[in-house]
This record gives sequence, C-alpha cells and structure tokens, in this order.
Amino acid sequence: MSEVEYNPTELLICTAARMMPDKTTAFIGTGIPLLAAALAQRMHAPNLVPIFEFGGTGAILERIPIAVGEENTFHRAVAASGICDIVETAQRGFIEFGFLGGAQIDRYGNLNSTVIGDYARPKVRLPGSGGANDVGSHCWRTIIIMRHDRKRFVEKVDFITTPGYLDGPGGRERAGLPPNTGPYRVVTNLAVLGFHPESKEMMLLATQPGVTVEQVIAETGFRLLLAEKIEENPPPTKEELRILREEVDKERFYI
Amino acid sequence: MKILDSGSGKLIQPPDIDAFREWNRQKSKELIDKRMSEAEAVSRFVHDGDYIGTELYGTVRCPMSLVREIIRQGKKDLRLAGQGVMELDLLLAAHTVKEIDITYVGLEVYGVSNGLRREVESGRVETVVDWSNASIAWRFKAAAMGVPFIPVRSNLGTDTFKHSAAKVVECPFTGKPICLLPALILDVGLIHVHRADKYGNAQIEGISGFAAEMARASKRLIISAEEIIDEEEIRRHPNRTIIPYYLVDAVVHAPFGSHPGEMCYLYRRDEEKIREWVEAAKTEETAQAYFKKYIFDVPDHQAYLDLIGKEHLENLRYRAEVN
Repeated sequence: MSEVEYNPTELLICTAARMMPDKTTAFIGTGIPLLAAALAQRMHAPNLVPIFEFGGTGAILERIPIAVGEENTFHRAVAASGICDIVETAQRGFIEFGFLGGAQIDRYGNLNSTVIGDYARPKVRLPGSGGANDVGSHCWRTIIIMRHDRKRFVEKVDFITTPGYLDGPGGRERAGLPPNTGPYRVVTNLAVLGFHPESKEMMLLATQPGVTVEQVIAETGFRLLLAEKIEENPPPTKEELRILREEVDKERFYI
Repeated sequence: MKILDSGSGKLIQPPDIDAFREWNRQKSKELIDKRMSEAEAVSRFVHDGDYIGTELYGTVRCPMSLVREIIRQGKKDLRLAGQGVMELDLLLAAHTVKEIDITYVGLEVYGVSNGLRREVESGRVETVVDWSNASIAWRFKAAAMGVPFIPVRSNLGTDTFKHSAAKVVECPFTGKPICLLPALILDVGLIHVHRADKYGNAQIEGISGFAAEMARASKRLIISAEEIIDEEEIRRHPNRTIIPYYLVDAVVHAPFGSHPGEMCYLYRRDEEKIREWVEAAKTEETAQAYFKKYIFDVPDHQAYLDLIGKEHLENLRYRAEVN
C-alpha cells in the first residue's frame, strides 16, 4: 500500500500518465487526460507532443488549460493551426494516442456520450460527440478513462457515439475505419483493462490498489475476459503526487 | 457511386453550390469602409430564419457582442451550426433558435446546457442533428472548396452517423466504405478576430479554429475585432490575413468582444461572470433576468462594458510579462 493518501481522480491521472510514452503524439482533451499529459511531460516523457483539437501542437503544459481552445493549449507550442489541420493529421495516421471518456461503454469499447435512453425521447441528453468520434475514428490507439460501475459498463450502449471495435473482430474495417486502429486501454478507478487481440472483447489486465478481481467483475455489466495473469497496478508514487499537486494542478481545479 | 447507407437526420441547409457561386460573383470586390455598430450589422445582415454560424469554440474568441445584439433585436427561428458553450447557450435560452446542427452541447467544466434542455423539451427547438466537431468544420471546408460534399473517415459504423444527414458510399477508387459530408453554406457567419482593417481584412493570433473555412462558407460575414488597424498594417504582412476583405460584409469594432470569454494573448476568461450565467441559465426566470440585466437594459456593447466595469475588465488583461 501507498504511504500517502490520494483520491480517485489522482489515481486515474497517474495511471493514464504512465501509459504515455516519450517522443510520441497524443490527442488530448481537457480534464484528466490533460493532467496526465502534463504529469507525463514532467516525469518520463519530456518529449510527449500533446495535440489539441482546435489547433495547438506540442504545447509545453506549464499551465493547465480549462477550455479546449484556450491559450494554454498552444503555450510555447511548435505550431498553432486549426481543427481541420489537426483532425486531418490524425486521419493521415500521425497521431498515436487518443484519449476519450464517456457515459457508457460496452465490451468492444464502443462509447456513448450522446443520450441515455431512446434517442428521440432521451432520459438524459448528454453533450454529444464533440471531437470524440473523430478521435476514436482516426487515432491509432485510444485510451478511455471512466468511472467503473454497472451503469457505465453495459451489455449494450444506448447510442454508439464513438466507435470501439463495433460488432467485434473486423468490425471497424468493414465500416471503412482505418485498419489497425481502436481502443487500447480502459483506465478506471477499479482496474486497467485491454482488449483481446482476436476477439476484441474487453479483458481485465490489472486491478487498482486494494481492489479485487471479484469487485471488478461485479461492477461490470457484461462478461469480462480475464488476462492469464492479472497484475496489481502500483499506487501513485510520492513523486507523482507531489508533481501533480505542486506543479500540474496548483489551483486544484481538477484534483 | 453506390450508396451503402444514409443518415436519417434532416439536412437542415442543403448545399446549392451553383447558387453560392452566383452569390459570390455579385458580392462587391470594392475596397469600401464596412465599419458599423453591432446594431447596424445585425439588423442589416441577420434575418429571422437565417442559418447562422459562430466561431471559435467554448469561451474562446466567441463573437459575444454580436450574439448579445442578435438577442437584443429579438431575432427568431434561427437555424445554426452549434458547438454549444457560451454563445449557443445564450442564443438557445433566449428562444432565438429553431433548428441546430450540433456537435457538443454543454458548458465544459460547468456541465450540461440547461438552455438546450428546456428548448428541446418545450419543442421550441424543432430539429437537432448530431455531428462530430471535425464533421462540422469539414462541412464548412467543402463549402469553402466550392464542392457539394467532402469524403472523410469520421462517423463510420456509429449512431453518430445514423442520426446525421451524411451518407456512406463505396469509394469509386478503393472500393471501401467512406463517409460523405454535405457542404454547409451559411447565410451568415459571425467571427471575432484580434484585428481587422476597415475593409474587413482580418488577422487572428494563435490557433485559428475553423475561421478560415467558415469565413469562406458564409454568404454574409460579420467580423468583430478587438482592434481596427490601418490598411498599411495589413499590406505590410499580407501572409497574416486569414480572412480577406471581399468575404466580409460588416466590420464591428468590439474591444472585449468575447467577454465573458477570452481572447488569447489579450485577456483571460472571466470565471466570475461565466459562473453568473451558468447559475442564471438554470431556470427560465433567472435566464430572462440575466438577459434583462446584461442585454435588454443596456443599449449597446459599450454600455455592456460600462456595466461590467473598466477596472474589472482591466484585471482580465494578460500583463506584458505573461506574453
């Protein structure tokens, strides 16, 4: 166990940050992915290139943007262009990682951020795609960050806003999406999950500190595949938390 | 070309690219002074029922002084391309909107749009068609190219596609499915920029969102600018002109024109005033009280700025050492 206390948001940020390798491109939205990118830049990935939807490429994340188009998304950046350039860059295959969230996810990593219930008479109208469908269509590997419970991890999402593996193996290619793309990891407060290389079904890879495999299964609304060896994800380190609290989000806007 | 699938959403503004060419042909190419007030620009160029668009996104470089004037003049039945943060939220809550092509409805860190919820539930907004962000920008790009559609690889395989007005066809070159987005030609575009000359040649600092595409997809274009500069300034750095004058119908001088949103390198967003709207937007009554205070009871943008207060505004400016 960790010697220091941390909250669920800090755990998600630290887990996601460790997945961002140095010297690569990541399509970043606001919120947790942004803080994870800022943390990664200060830890193991100083040359991580954050790319923001409305035109910022390669910002140095000294200050945390609140809005997706604001100045901090291109603070000391290498380029400031526009949304067509950025999404076309992803469409051409230049962007390795994309980060996504959502209100619902199914076993194939399909995501809903549009409506809960029927589209015509929704129980809850959610914000809609925004850039999510574009990120999930074009980035090579998407990492999804969500809270983990049966209301969110469902057998069937009410609306596919953003494509995961759609109806399973070959689904993306049949639909015309770029080959060899799709969901790579799902990071939750309970676990780190991946997708089976053949069946494309979600698979438990690691549990978060203090969480059991049974808990993860109980909070998942579909049959979850289990990796041969399920790891235990190490808790945030003192150093990660120090950087996160003292440098990345000093004002505690998110954490 | 074989059509494999068609989205079921309404095509709110079908593209007529030949009519667009004719329109563009008759637009004046003369260098004339187009400076005017928000009131004149909106009354001359925005009509009830028009299909309008705003740029950029969220609270960044939003043409808020123009949006407030649209509400002040009681425009109605507008159709719009929406990315609903501040500007769309205001237009919705003021009952000006009938149909929307939408990508995102919400207030980012401040949560859902109560304005949209009320307008859709009451039936005042009759049509909502969902798209992805890039899809809307690419639809402008198609119009800017002067072609009726643009092929893209977004939307494929999803309900986002099914409820849009896009089509999936078999690509005549690769045989693979590809999504076609219809061009989107605006009746009126509203763009707030850092500076422009009196003819409408405009410059933007930092990211340019989809300003270049939307300006070229607009039949009429209203530019508001933080600063009006001399034509010679423009001619010294022609590479900085993102919007050339012949696209522009009106140039409105609007310092702090994006308030309570932000303008990169000039001023930051006004959290206090944004929160005030977020709170006010929660009920019909408080939203209307907000409109009375900040729109109907002030005659113009300058009076709005006076109401916010000079000192309050000055505190939002980036200081020199930040830049």
